[in-house]
Amino acid sequence: MLDLYQELLKQLPSKPEVHVSNSGARAIALLDSEPFTLLITDLRMPKMDGLQVLAIVRRKFPHLRIIVLTGVLDEEYRSRAYAQGVEMFWQKPGSSEEIKLFQDCIESLLGRETRNEGGFRGMQSKSLVDLIQLECLSHSSSVLHVTQGALHGKIWVQNGEITDATTTNFTGEEAFKTILSWKSGNFEILPADPERPRTITDSYQGLLLDSAQALDEWRGQQAGTEKSEAGSAAASSSLLSPLTRFEGVEFVLTVPNDEQAPCDSWGLENAAQLGLWARTTRLRLVELGEKLGAGALTQITGFSLQRHWALAHDDEKGLLCVGFRRTLPTDKVDQTMKHVFTKWVS
Amino acid sequence: MGLLTKSNQAPKPELKRLPSGTFTVDADCRIVSSTVPHWVPEAQVRDIGREILAVFQGARHANLPFSELNLQYAAFKITAREMRGGAIIFLSPRPPQTVAAS
Repeated sequence: MLDLYQELLKQLPSKPEVHVSNSGARAIALLDSEPFTLLITDLRMPKMDGLQVLAIVRRKFPHLRIIVLTGVLDEEYRSRAYAQGVEMFWQKPGSSEEIKLFQDCIESLLGRETRNEGGFRGMQSKSLVDLIQLECLSHSSSVLHVTQGALHGKIWVQNGEITDATTTNFTGEEAFKTILSWKSGNFEILPADPERPRTITDSYQGLLLDSAQALDEWRGQQAGTEKSEAGSAAASSSLLSPLTRFEGVEFVLTVPNDEQAPCDSWGLENAAQLGLWARTTRLRLVELGEKLGAGALTQITGFSLQRHWALAHDDEKGLLCVGFRRTLPTDKVDQTMKHVFTKWVS
Repeated sequence: MGLLTKSNQAPKPELKRLPSGTFTVDADCRIVSSTVPHWVPEAQVRDIGREILAVFQGARHANLPFSELNLQYAAFKITAREMRGGAIIFLSPRPPQTVAAS
């Protein structure tokens, strides 16, 4: 297999000198012995695996370009390899087309090295937006191959402008926005494809801005959905569900007459503490009403800049405390509380 | 005879009037100002103030602070606003029709 790759690489137009090694240790010894431009390594090797080799080589030869060529198709290994600063991560080619692509890729890398363009390597944990901006600002021409699990996408950059994008389901701007919505993944920079027809005409700044806005909106919708789903789940697990549907209701707490029985709540974290306060407060104010001869205490309402709340009592069921959104007008609080209380009692 | 009739009459229960007016109390429940009529015992006014301040304080401890409190009794309404630890308290008896409407 080594000999086969050696032959393939020797056929490249730049006619590189190719050395082969059947172990990581020997490869490192070779690198020590003379300067090299490019290292192509597998991950699965005897004694010292490819990741160990990468760690040593990256430390000892920081300027060496490295390509991983392997049959190990695990996203974790791919990420770890990129984190070690490898240039590319290639699956071993299985067809003549893939061999051709591989050869083109190596030639492109060697060509860049020949032109002595320099540059930094080892980019890791950068966002796709950073990467695109880098490519565009430097007026590069390349194809970004982005993967997220089983999802694949490509973005064509020509002379610093985004010209096309594809995913499995979309092309053009839609594909670009789809790729940018992926939260994480891996990327490879493939050789430029100047023949690719242009489908995107907007500037990369405009595209990134649009994508960021779309992403924000999508996240907002997601957060809303998650919140309502979480709220629905909590409410459905409780008998308080119907009470939470009234306008402006933020929390509901019921305190049974039996002091030993637990409080039931929706949308509250300190239900027990609040339940105790509600019970004590009501007793205190009922007593005050009796002293004054003011009649039955029908409702207690509190208003604040954070939220409003109301408390009412039913002889059979106990206390009902409802929190309301602070923007709900005070008269509306009273009115809604009456509705909620009636619903609860019924 | 007239004297006998008079002495046999059962004593009429004293009618309790509900206080009305506004008063302010400081954080130590001292009455700072008041428009509550003189016939209302000061102890009663202070009782109301103390209970109101206790409700504000309890709510703070229960992480449900608020600045305005409305208490609706069948025949009486108390509105209180917190003022730097003290409170201004409005007392308003409710006419019968208001009671019926609520």
